[in-house]
Amino acid sequence: MAKVKLTPELLKEIYYYMALSRALDDRMWILNRQGRAPVVYSANGHEATQVGAAMALNRGEDWIVPYYRDLAMVIAYGETPREVMLHLLGRADDPNSGGRQMPAHWGLKRRHIMTTGSVVATQDVHAAGLALASKVLKDGRVSLASFGEGSTSQGEFHEALNFASVHKLPVIFLNENNGYAISVPARKQMAIMDVAARAQGYGIPGVIVDGNDPIKVYEVTQEAAERARRGEGPTLIEAKTYRFVPHSSDDDDRAYRSREEVAEWKKRDPVITFEKRLIDEKVMTQDELKAMQQRIKDEVNDATDFAEKAPLPDPSTLGRYVYAE
Amino acid sequence: MAVMSYLEAIRETLRQELRRDSRIIIYGEDVGVRGGVFRVTEGLQKEFGEDRVIDSPLAEAAIVGTAIGAAINGLRPIPEIQFADFIFPAINQIVEEAARIRYRSNGEFGVPLVIRAPFGGGVHGALYHSQSVEAFFAHVPGLKVVIPGTPYDAKGLLASAVEDEDPVLYFEHKAAYRSLKGEVPEERYLIPIGKADLKRSGKDVSIITYGLMVSYALKAAETLEKEGISVEILDLRSIRPLDVEMILDTARKTGKVLVVHEDNLTGGVGGEISALIAEHALFDLDAPIRRLAGPDVPAMPYSPPLEHAFMITSDKITEAARDLAKF
Amino acid sequence: MAQRELLSGLPVDWQKLKTMYYYMVLSRKLDERMWILNRQGKASFVISCQGQEGAQVGVALAMDPSVDWITPYYRDLAVVLVFGMTPREVMLGFLAKRDDPSSGGRQMPAHYGHRAKHIMTGSSPVTTQVAHAAGLALTMKLRGLPGIAASFLGEGSTSQGEFHESLNFAAVHKLPLIVVVENNGYAISVPQIHQMAVVNVADKASGYGIPGVVVQGSDPLAVYEATMAARERALRGEGPTLIEAKTYRYTPHSSDDDDKTYRSRGELMREKADDPIVVFRNWLMTQKQWDDQQENTLLKKVREVVDDATDYAEQAPYPDPSTLMDHVYYSPRA
Repeated sequence: MAKVKLTPELLKEIYYYMALSRALDDRMWILNRQGRAPVVYSANGHEATQVGAAMALNRGEDWIVPYYRDLAMVIAYGETPREVMLHLLGRADDPNSGGRQMPAHWGLKRRHIMTTGSVVATQDVHAAGLALASKVLKDGRVSLASFGEGSTSQGEFHEALNFASVHKLPVIFLNENNGYAISVPARKQMAIMDVAARAQGYGIPGVIVDGNDPIKVYEVTQEAAERARRGEGPTLIEAKTYRFVPHSSDDDDRAYRSREEVAEWKKRDPVITFEKRLIDEKVMTQDELKAMQQRIKDEVNDATDFAEKAPLPDPSTLGRYVYAE
Repeated sequence: MAVMSYLEAIRETLRQELRRDSRIIIYGEDVGVRGGVFRVTEGLQKEFGEDRVIDSPLAEAAIVGTAIGAAINGLRPIPEIQFADFIFPAINQIVEEAARIRYRSNGEFGVPLVIRAPFGGGVHGALYHSQSVEAFFAHVPGLKVVIPGTPYDAKGLLASAVEDEDPVLYFEHKAAYRSLKGEVPEERYLIPIGKADLKRSGKDVSIITYGLMVSYALKAAETLEKEGISVEILDLRSIRPLDVEMILDTARKTGKVLVVHEDNLTGGVGGEISALIAEHALFDLDAPIRRLAGPDVPAMPYSPPLEHAFMITSDKITEAARDLAKF
Repeated sequence: MAQRELLSGLPVDWQKLKTMYYYMVLSRKLDERMWILNRQGKASFVISCQGQEGAQVGVALAMDPSVDWITPYYRDLAVVLVFGMTPREVMLGFLAKRDDPSSGGRQMPAHYGHRAKHIMTGSSPVTTQVAHAAGLALTMKLRGLPGIAASFLGEGSTSQGEFHESLNFAAVHKLPLIVVVENNGYAISVPQIHQMAVVNVADKASGYGIPGVVVQGSDPLAVYEATMAARERALRGEGPTLIEAKTYRYTPHSSDDDDKTYRSRGELMREKADDPIVVFRNWLMTQKQWDDQQENTLLKKVREVVDDATDYAEQAPYPDPSTLMDHVYYSPRA
């Protein structure tokens, strides 16, 4: 893909968001184990897919409709570490929900991150709807919905892809296929090897990409976005990846997958392999890397402190925002 | 002022709103070329084009779910569910998403959306083309539910629903479409959501109702007037939010309350109204509150004797109000 | 159809082919009678099978009603007749009489259901029946029963989430299921191009890892063969098949619809040239298996059956209003 221009700055930025996400994620687990955060959902392992896709969009202008695993995507899209931590700890100033939703239920209007619920696959339809408005309003925006492979079994996945393909909507459906819906493996979820095979039933392209390679994800997402902006309709992207942690802090993944399998995937840890690549290809020096890692550490510390000191919501606000005010 | 049917009032309001605000789009099953199975949207695609009056695939969750996305990205969608009975595949999108989005985002996101759906029976529609579904939605904070009982109210309530910043379910009674006629001003006007309307003043018995039943109650009141019984009729117009003040006012005034709805009795809107009166005006009552509602069977049957046995009629209202007056 | 290979090597059973023809004619004539009764004001609602009889009979006759189950949709008059619902029973349902086996007069006409005949009760919200068929098939698999389940739907219904959920479920669990889409090109007024971005519904099968087969609905033998193959596959434990029968409906969606608003008379006339009943009759005649005398005898017999069913149902009692509250919950049958 010759047309893709990946400058060293862009490559460094991709790495920065991936590493920042991982560091925030790790901190969340610590806070959880210390009893300071009730629940954690991780992006751990998915960072390449998420950052690669986000960076290929017109960030803050195009809409993303993420799911609960998309920490790296939302920070690449402009949600700050402080905002992430305010959300984790259910603080009043959490911009995602004011402490109303569980952690990892993203939503940041300022950056065009659509609010999301817990019922999987609803966001696929919302992305189609956002794109419908873009088509009618001719605002040039593209929408991207992301979701796990388990949620492709939902009727709304089907309805969204069908609707979007009939109306040639500017939307990208990004499947982060990590092989497990909580404990249920993909082979019990669908009778096909690749989620991308579902695209054929809608007359749209289905693209498989290595989800642990941010550059490849960036390229296919950019192509899908261009296709969408040309009015040619949706694309289904399947990024094959893996989550390195249990489904959530309440899950125990030893019940359903072997340690060997996890170890095998960890050899392809996207943060580590991409870091090595940047060094090997001399995009970054060791010093630069160390400086960036220090900066990330500081940011995570700052975000944690900031959020822990931030006030909880006032109980008197319980009844607010049921309707417009 | 033009005399219009209930259906024409809705169609002309849709037309007026589509002309007024280019952000409004209509979509649903058969709303385009066919103009809707009841012809409510007839001629609208021709006037406004296929981008604004859209025939969608046959998938209710997608119809409502995409409307949510479109609303957030700057449109004002008015999706149609072909029959209220077919709204259930979209419950996930309406209740879990549309109703909760403002609250869950702490006021940041809102869903200005009007979901229109024909409901109600007495048209040989049987179990799946006759249902009254308002109580399911009236239970959900974050939603608003309106049900006009006259062509005039149909217009003003629809315009208000379109202007509302929150999701509004707008239920239209199928049997009212062509049977109800009335004067409807040409100019745009708003009827506030949550405001009931005293359709008739009286002193002996209050009938609290909504939708098609308003016209049935008015007919019953005329019959009873000849018998010397004076009936007051309160048309709720909005099921959520309820106009608590007007409900209590009429209860206190006559001391005898009959609540009428076609929807099933148990868990119906009548239960909430009765509870409000019992909580706030019990000692102003001269008789126990009475509810006349659809019987507790899953939906209205098709065969004429069974359909008639289910349906609320003017005669049944007359009888119930007369009994109550004599208490 | 004249160019086709005769039954692709299947043993020719001319009696079965004549049975096929009989059911096509019977359902057409019953259907036509319903429209007459509707126009006479004796029935408030009709929804038709006309034009789709070839597809319906082709599938149903390839099945074994003694062990198989069906979840039909409202257009499947010919399917339920083959499965053993009698013309009298059909008319009792049509006129909403007490003894209607589908619902005792509770549902609209054409909402078929008959437990003894293995016809699952259906409703009006489309596509719920596909999930039910997957469930019936799951039971057959888990209990080792010898039959299969078949579900019928229009192409518009394939847009519903439940279509996707059901096929996915059935494919994962390799259930003995056949999903038959009777693609007549219109979901009420909405043409296929506004319904899906693919030419063939059968293309959707690849997303589930199952076979998708396209057959011409006016060719009941082709439908029959495809169904036989799908049924055998299902019985072998290899899972579901999606069959798309290309067909056309000759009437408006229902007696409440006016199809002139959305499709041209020219299109309708062109499609009628491929009337499955006419095509099949002509083919039987060229095979020297049918002649005018047999045709007249058949038509006379069918007319008698339809007259009898109509008279019987017209004279049958309505349900008693006192039964309105029956069967909301379980009660032991008297």
